[in-house]
Amino acid sequence: MHYQPKFEPLFSKLGWAGLIAFAFVALVVVPYLYLMAPDGSSLHISSYTVTLIGKIMCYCIVAVAMNLIWGYAGILSLGQGLFFALGGYSFGMYLMRQIGREGQYQSDLPDFMVFLDWKEYPLHWLGTDSFLWAIVLVVLVPGILAFVFGYFAFRSRIKGVYFSIITQALTFAFMLLFFRNETGFGGNNGFTDFKRILGYSITAPSMRAALFALSAFFLLFVLVLSRILIKSKFGRILTAVRDSESRLMFCGYDPIRYKLFIWTLSAVICGIAGALYVPQVGIINPSEMSPANSIEIAVWVAVGGRGTILGPIIGAAAVNGAKSFFTQAFPEYWLFFLGLLFIFVTLCLPFGIVGLMSKLKRKFMKTKTER
Amino acid sequence: MLAFPIMGKALDRADISGLASDTTMERLRAIDKIAAIGDPDALRLLEALQNSEVMVTDAGQIVLENEEWDVIDAITLEVLDPQPDMYDTVIVNNRMRSQLDSAIGVLQLLSEDRETRLTSATSLQDNLMPTLLPILNKALAKETDQEIIRILKESQSVILLDATDSQQRLDAVKYLMSSSERRVREILAAKLEKNESGRYLEESVEVRVAIESAVAAIDRKLTLIDYFGRLFSGLSLGSILLLAAMGLAITYGLLGVINLAHGEMLMIGAYATYVTQQLFVNHLPHYLDLYVIAAIPMAFFCSAVIGVMLERTVIRWLYGRPLETLLATWGISLFLIQLVRQIFGAQNVEVSNPTWLSGGIEIWNVVMPFNRIAIIVFAILVLTGIWLVISQTRLGLFIRSVTQNRSMASCVGVNTAKVDMLAFGLGSGIAGLAGVALSQVGNVGPDLGQAYIIDSFMVVVLGGVGQLAGTVYAALGLGAFSKLIEPGVGAVLTKIIILVFIIAVIQKRPQGLFALKGRFVED
Repeated sequence: MHYQPKFEPLFSKLGWAGLIAFAFVALVVVPYLYLMAPDGSSLHISSYTVTLIGKIMCYCIVAVAMNLIWGYAGILSLGQGLFFALGGYSFGMYLMRQIGREGQYQSDLPDFMVFLDWKEYPLHWLGTDSFLWAIVLVVLVPGILAFVFGYFAFRSRIKGVYFSIITQALTFAFMLLFFRNETGFGGNNGFTDFKRILGYSITAPSMRAALFALSAFFLLFVLVLSRILIKSKFGRILTAVRDSESRLMFCGYDPIRYKLFIWTLSAVICGIAGALYVPQVGIINPSEMSPANSIEIAVWVAVGGRGTILGPIIGAAAVNGAKSFFTQAFPEYWLFFLGLLFIFVTLCLPFGIVGLMSKLKRKFMKTKTER
Repeated sequence: MLAFPIMGKALDRADISGLASDTTMERLRAIDKIAAIGDPDALRLLEALQNSEVMVTDAGQIVLENEEWDVIDAITLEVLDPQPDMYDTVIVNNRMRSQLDSAIGVLQLLSEDRETRLTSATSLQDNLMPTLLPILNKALAKETDQEIIRILKESQSVILLDATDSQQRLDAVKYLMSSSERRVREILAAKLEKNESGRYLEESVEVRVAIESAVAAIDRKLTLIDYFGRLFSGLSLGSILLLAAMGLAITYGLLGVINLAHGEMLMIGAYATYVTQQLFVNHLPHYLDLYVIAAIPMAFFCSAVIGVMLERTVIRWLYGRPLETLLATWGISLFLIQLVRQIFGAQNVEVSNPTWLSGGIEIWNVVMPFNRIAIIVFAILVLTGIWLVISQTRLGLFIRSVTQNRSMASCVGVNTAKVDMLAFGLGSGIAGLAGVALSQVGNVGPDLGQAYIIDSFMVVVLGGVGQLAGTVYAALGLGAFSKLIEPGVGAVLTKIIILVFIIAVIQKRPQGLFALKGRFVED
């Protein structure tokens, strides 16, 4: 006898309306206004705003990926920042190759290699001048690392805080590795000074608009994908992993393959987000891999509300919005704010902003019916 | 160059009369002659010359002055009668001065004072030449101190490597075989080279074979010394890791929560040390050397109080939600770092070693700084202290019982909430003690804790919780292991290898190497 889940629509009517509205605004309205509205008009959107929102959308993608593993499968990974940066570095290699001879030293090699007195590209740069190979790398590098690491970690039933700590150590080790000059990733300074993608200038407004729209599209895609996954039988098993892994095992399921799949998928999504992020901000360096960044990702999800659809997006947008505001207005208080936010959210808002809203809504409805 | 054909005779007037000469050449030759006498009298005279105390009378007699300002003869030291009316200081120009310095340096081998002889023998090692052989022989004949004899014999043998008699060369090589100095090894290895015309610098096959085995023997000894040095730094790193991880192991074992603010407890301990030092500088400058002792209870108290406060206000509400605790404690750590930045500034603060912790001793050519040795001793003391608390006191009994089975302990009347609070305070206090230790070997800045937090977690993960022994083995093992491989592969690769190693270990033993044995059910 098969369990037949009750048919549930993927999104509510309101949800579909919201998605379509977001798609319309992000894919049509914003690029149109950015490219077409004249400079002085009140409808014009500046390059700064487009880049900032594009950047935050990349963070939102990471948050959705984090929500997939933490919110649904209960695995707190402190390594998502690593996969994000690896995706960024993979695409960054292609961007470095596209600079061509326009670097400081007018050499075929990137400036930092000239500086190190290297004569040719190291082996792992092989083929990175091809856009397609770069895309493949963006998917494969985080994917394979996550798969191999996850296989060994899950197989030996590392879970809970142990898993978090091990992923944090992995991230830390990679950060140290990328800080080295010999590894061929530009050491401290990382990659920067990008010129073009596929021959088109990277600073041209049309390119910015395209990257913006691409990020928006991918965000939508990831959102729908995660919704489909969660609504499926697979998603229910993931929730069971989160709530009681042992009981799931006693029921005859092998949680390893489910965990491994969602963990690898999450890493790949983070990698792609990183690849979208790097051309927009124009730089990638090892500090992106610092353990602090990965923990911050977890806080975005916690602030928004983990295990909810919109939570991670709201959280990532809210925290990063606040960060942009604070670092300009009171730079020295940002860490205080962030620290208190960590404590406040975990203590007082276990289900985040979304949880708070639905609680308020329920209260509101209750008082309405009582009348 | 100096020549020292030791003459075996005392100073006489003819030797020193040249000092009265007007020409520098003559005076230089006189210095050589005096030096060649090679006895304490000659040394005394040259030293007097260096201090511009040697004078020459109108009659050309070389004289000195005694304590009563009487003029005395430079050789017989008898007061001149009648005292001469006119006398001049012998002029010592720069050229003479350098010659005097080297002559005195060599003659000091014959000094009465052991320290002077030792310095002289050591400094001669860098500048050996065949002409030194006679004085070396003479010094060796008189020398009684074993250490100086060893240095002199080594120098003698190095010179004899160039002897014309192959038997002498062979003996020299055989003696040098017992050396453990890289310098000697290089000198010996150079003898095995060929010159431009393709002939060996050392002609005798027998001697070459001896040199080869001597080089190999010295290499073996050098490797041994190298490993000894690495072992020491490994032990030192291990003690630091142990201090940092012990508190963590207690709180993690007891509460099942990982305290990411643990590193900041180290930092608070280090800053408490700094504050104590400043208090001593301002109020008790005479006892400044004792500030570290006073800092130990101070740091323990500060960190413990802050730890208890955190437990009461934040962590208590999160029991049973370990992942959220991770985030909340990270928030605490950000908050504390920023707080310290605001109070003490973002720069590192200066914590200096008291005098009794500066310097070090040298064993087998490995310098062991006193502060590192003190940390090892300190770690042992702290470990003993914790062991006593855990195994002998009532609190320790409660901590063990709650660690093993919380609900059962609660059922038999243990106030688990109170035990949690006290244990958290204890763990934080130990971190504060680690902070005192760290302040003596590294920089004290707001980010101090961040550098150690991941390493201490690795120790806890590897060692498992519930037993102090696991933490001890894991900390010392990781410390020694990383220092043993670090010179070969570099610091970064070491960290990665250790991570891979830990993941591999966890494959076999998910609860850590030394977890409590027993039957557990999860969830």
